[in-house]
Amino acid sequence: MNIHEHQAKEILKGYGAPVAKGAAVTDLSQAEAAVDSLPGPVWVVKSQIHAGGRGKGKFKELGQDAKGGVRVSFSRDEALENIREMFGKTLVTAQTGEGGKQVQRLYVEDGADIDRELYLSILVDRAVGKTAFVVSTEGGMDIETVAHDTPEKITTQPIDASNGCTEADAAKLADALKLEGSAREQGMKLFQTLYKAFVEKDMSLLEINPLIVTKKNEVQVLDAKVSFDGNALFRHDDIAAYRDESEEDAKEIEASKYDLAYVALDGDIGCMVNGAGLAMATMDIIKLYGAEPANFLDVGGGATKEKVTAAFKIITSDPNVKGILVNIFGGIMRCDVIAEGVVAAVKEVGLKVPLVVRLEGTKVEEGKKIINESGLNVIAADDLDDAAQKIVKAVKG
Amino acid sequence: MSILIDKNTKIIVQGLTGKTGTFHTEQALAYHGTKMVAGTHPKKGGEKWTGSNGESLPIFASVAEAKEATGATASVIYVPPAGAAAAIEEAIDAEIDLITCITEGVPVQDMVRVKEKLDASKSRLVGPNCPGLMTPDECKIGIMPGSIFKKGSVGVLSRSGTLTYEAVFQTTNAGLGQTTAVGIGGDPVKGTEFIDILEMFLADPATESIIMIGEIGGSAEEDAAQFLKDEAKAGRSKPVVGFIAGRTAPPGRTMGHAGAVISGGKGGAEDKIEAMESAGISVSPSPAKLGETLVAKLKG
Repeated sequence: MNIHEHQAKEILKGYGAPVAKGAAVTDLSQAEAAVDSLPGPVWVVKSQIHAGGRGKGKFKELGQDAKGGVRVSFSRDEALENIREMFGKTLVTAQTGEGGKQVQRLYVEDGADIDRELYLSILVDRAVGKTAFVVSTEGGMDIETVAHDTPEKITTQPIDASNGCTEADAAKLADALKLEGSAREQGMKLFQTLYKAFVEKDMSLLEINPLIVTKKNEVQVLDAKVSFDGNALFRHDDIAAYRDESEEDAKEIEASKYDLAYVALDGDIGCMVNGAGLAMATMDIIKLYGAEPANFLDVGGGATKEKVTAAFKIITSDPNVKGILVNIFGGIMRCDVIAEGVVAAVKEVGLKVPLVVRLEGTKVEEGKKIINESGLNVIAADDLDDAAQKIVKAVKG
Repeated sequence: MSILIDKNTKIIVQGLTGKTGTFHTEQALAYHGTKMVAGTHPKKGGEKWTGSNGESLPIFASVAEAKEATGATASVIYVPPAGAAAAIEEAIDAEIDLITCITEGVPVQDMVRVKEKLDASKSRLVGPNCPGLMTPDECKIGIMPGSIFKKGSVGVLSRSGTLTYEAVFQTTNAGLGQTTAVGIGGDPVKGTEFIDILEMFLADPATESIIMIGEIGGSAEEDAAQFLKDEAKAGRSKPVVGFIAGRTAPPGRTMGHAGAVISGGKGGAEDKIEAMESAGISVSPSPAKLGETLVAKLKG
């Protein structure tokens, strides 16, 4: 689960991390109060969307010459003008896709006196199965570019779960970031604070880019991107409350209510599959035969008739869907349950597009019988290959 | 021959008394008499578990007690996510040789902690978030459907459950059958990686060929390819067919499995396929042609 920058900073502030003073604006009526809560003389107005590259992003409605999604303002009036100009507009960045994202909240922050920009992130290094810091002296830019062009400028420091981030670990990180004097002292404390927050809150990514050293040689968290392990949200009600549904696809929100793993895509063939690997493979084989999948959907191993019905409705609610492929290899999942769910859903919402069904595994004969006797216009398929070819042919002609 | 499990493997069920544990234990007992010998439950020690067909197993208060009483060397975990890590840790403490965790949704930080303990122990963990292991006609640990298996010569390993079934089904239909199938699971931090199982399949004389199914995310497939390359140079190799799921997955999105995500420009399908092909693995572009590709490869 992703959260906004201002929410991430609120969490980190709670742990005692040095974060600039700031105020969120979720409604234009809050603009003046937000600006006046900060001393100036520099205000930074930042678009809050769940995507990176905001500074270099462009607003769809404002034209190419307009400034990006993060704006430094040198007077109260300029800050207010920037808020009014950005609020409600659509920001397109390298990470949003062409459609962009509507800016529904802004964050106004006290301007910082930057001397150096550094990079710091904490993640789980899956190759070694440990939590690890990734740091670089090259902050404020795209870390993937740094990794590609100057990999020697990136240091990875794995942390032992039993010891946590030790003084020695923190010292190594401070060395890698060339921190000295007061910044070194503050930095070492900050690394331990951030590690604690990461583990305690079950984060999956904590990225500070940039982490800055000010002209007074103090460290400060200038930007913060935090994602959480969805599997651990059950023990963090406080974090779950940060979820911003307006940042998510409506179909994905609906799917999450039924505990369905669903990802909306751009194609026109809807898929309903059991198992994440088979669901991805089904998307791949649709592409292999020349069409594009409209979604990823894993109904899971223990799906009920109700869950299958819900899944089918979500697929058909996508106006781009011109055909549906149901691909089930029953292990725990019984084919008859899938068949009943599909039949019930079609009876409820109707079927306006071609439907290809491939069933295999547990209770396959019973499943096929239910489909055949339903009187529905279903194209039966023998195997995955056959199913993919049939649905592509039905859609593309 | 087989790897990891055979007809003599005795298994304890952690989470036997739940609905999932009960169902799959009944299935395992019905599968060529897999030696499910006991269940554990902290508050139900001394009681008996009864299946829907009248099967009966003793319940012990702890894994250590169950091991002591039955001589079991393996355990399978059907405990819900919040308690799964503690269940694995209990099995490690009881020095169980092979721990299989089926549970999906275990928090990553829990697995980071478990992994550190596991690395310092003699136990092997398969999973979490996996379908388990299966040696045809001998032993079934986990949730794979027994009916699609056939004793034979192909070693199957996979990060995905249902794609394991595809590979098993296709090799059964091709008349090849399997030695053992292992689902290592779809989580980012797990007990067993491809390399561990590949090593066992290379060493197992009954395993004549291998199907390895990977997916986007991480670099386990690249590591496996490098391992096979090095082993081939040292004179050890077997025909391997591969598949990578997620060629069409968008970057930055988690595709069902917690570990199936392309992040920071890494973990994409094309890099994995390239690494596997360079190691001599025949990567099938279609998940429906795993058996066919393997048959063609074996004919040379």
